[in-house]
Amino acid sequence: MTQILLPALGETIYMSLVSTILAVIIGFALAIVLILTSKNGLRENKTVYFILDLIINTLRSFPFIILMIVLFPLTKILIGQSIGTTAAIIPLTIGAAPFVARLIESALKEVDSGVIQAAKSFGASDFQIIFKVMFVEALPSIISAITLTLITIIGFSAMAGAVGGGGLGDVAIKYGYYRFQTDTMIYTVIILIALVQIVQSLGDYFYKISKK
Amino acid sequence: MIKIRNLKKYYGTTLVLNDVNIDINEGEIFAIVGHSGAGKSTLMRCMNGLESYSDGSLEINNKEIKSLNKEELRTFRKKIGMIFQHFSLVQRKTVFENVALPMQLWGYKKDEISKKVNELLGLVGLETKLKAYPNELSGGQKQRVAIARALTLDPDILLSDEATSALDPNTTTSILNLLKTINKKLNITIVLVTHEMEVVKQVAQRALLLEHGNIIGLNETEELFLKPDEKMKKFLGETEVVPEEGINIKIYFPKDNVSQSFITKMARELEIDFGIVWGKLEEINTHIVGHIVINIKETQKELVLSYIQQHDIISEVL
Repeated sequence: MTQILLPALGETIYMSLVSTILAVIIGFALAIVLILTSKNGLRENKTVYFILDLIINTLRSFPFIILMIVLFPLTKILIGQSIGTTAAIIPLTIGAAPFVARLIESALKEVDSGVIQAAKSFGASDFQIIFKVMFVEALPSIISAITLTLITIIGFSAMAGAVGGGGLGDVAIKYGYYRFQTDTMIYTVIILIALVQIVQSLGDYFYKISKK
Repeated sequence: MIKIRNLKKYYGTTLVLNDVNIDINEGEIFAIVGHSGAGKSTLMRCMNGLESYSDGSLEINNKEIKSLNKEELRTFRKKIGMIFQHFSLVQRKTVFENVALPMQLWGYKKDEISKKVNELLGLVGLETKLKAYPNELSGGQKQRVAIARALTLDPDILLSDEATSALDPNTTTSILNLLKTINKKLNITIVLVTHEMEVVKQVAQRALLLEHGNIIGLNETEELFLKPDEKMKKFLGETEVVPEEGINIKIYFPKDNVSQSFITKMARELEIDFGIVWGKLEEINTHIVGHIVINIKETQKELVLSYIQQHDIISEVL
């Protein structure tokens, strides 16, 4: 059984980590554009905000399994094939990035507007306000957002089996459900619980040290 | 130094500043006073371009604020420090890092920053709190950090937007004293916005009264409080409660007159008795000024008034 579970665990971690990193990079960039162009933002722009807002909402309304299928052509262009563990990273990233964008946007929105005014008052540029002030202030919330994203993606990755992505969720369905191997099912669930627990604890730890 | 002419500002169609004209001189402490919504913060924010104005002119050191582009405005703001009601410190940075921030953003060298920050934290009396975070400090200490931060770029002008409104009276006094020291020692012009008359009395040399965006008074602080006109009285919410019988005379004490025992001297020399029915003495800019109201008989009116006139005392029959 270890021969099944270990590689599956590896696949889950690989898919989740890579997708989270990519989703955070894309989501962060989107969040910055959202914050800049929002009402009373540093570079208010109704059109840009409206369009981006619409795209993010649209992507977030897709059920993940459908999103994977819809993204087949894009995955094929980017990875060269539309099935496999690496191929699953594309829909996972695109599914999670809008979610990350919203989380980071709200973290940045929470930054006291007084601090932003103060930064303006001593001549900080928009770029400096975002990276040297807002980002610094919002870091604990951003860490929480990343933790939440990683855990959500671990959950989503169970569906990656549908595109041959493998991973623990796939094992649970294939062996535990289709072949009635209840013990395999239980083990995968336990491993997933432990994995989520570890991620959450790590996230909490980083949150704590960032929150002075 | 700050020259404001016919300044107007609209929010949509609402006029929030109506035809404001002021000259603020170099080195003075100037107060903008008004109730909330009077437009006082807006007026101050026009000075460093945090708000724009619709019409008129606002020049600082002969530079028209409206004509500056985004980059010029950034550079210009180096010369204008600002402090706020809620301190506006970066919570996740230490006291040192907060004060150092403006210089870091402007690319100063590390040792230069360190020297300046230590010097300023010494000035505001927080040299032992370098490594503390804002949430470990009291309100007064936070405002001191904010003051140090506002001074790092060697500004000519310090804007104070309700900086003492969130502080208790004792702390307010200590912050105001610090502002006075800064005004004298570093020769920095200070413009402060407040709704607290006590603040105006304690530090401001001149004050501007603002109501619904209109100037309703502009004078030296002592004059404003010593002999308030109708609008000022209404503004202060002051009314005298005096007897209906007899004649009530209000006698003003300008700053150099309070100690000259005028009242008792008058009673003695005119050989009359009168009641003291109302009065107020207060400290304004370290001078004592105020007024008292005496109540006399109808028949003594001429006698008393001529005596008051002879002694060059300002008075008013109520």
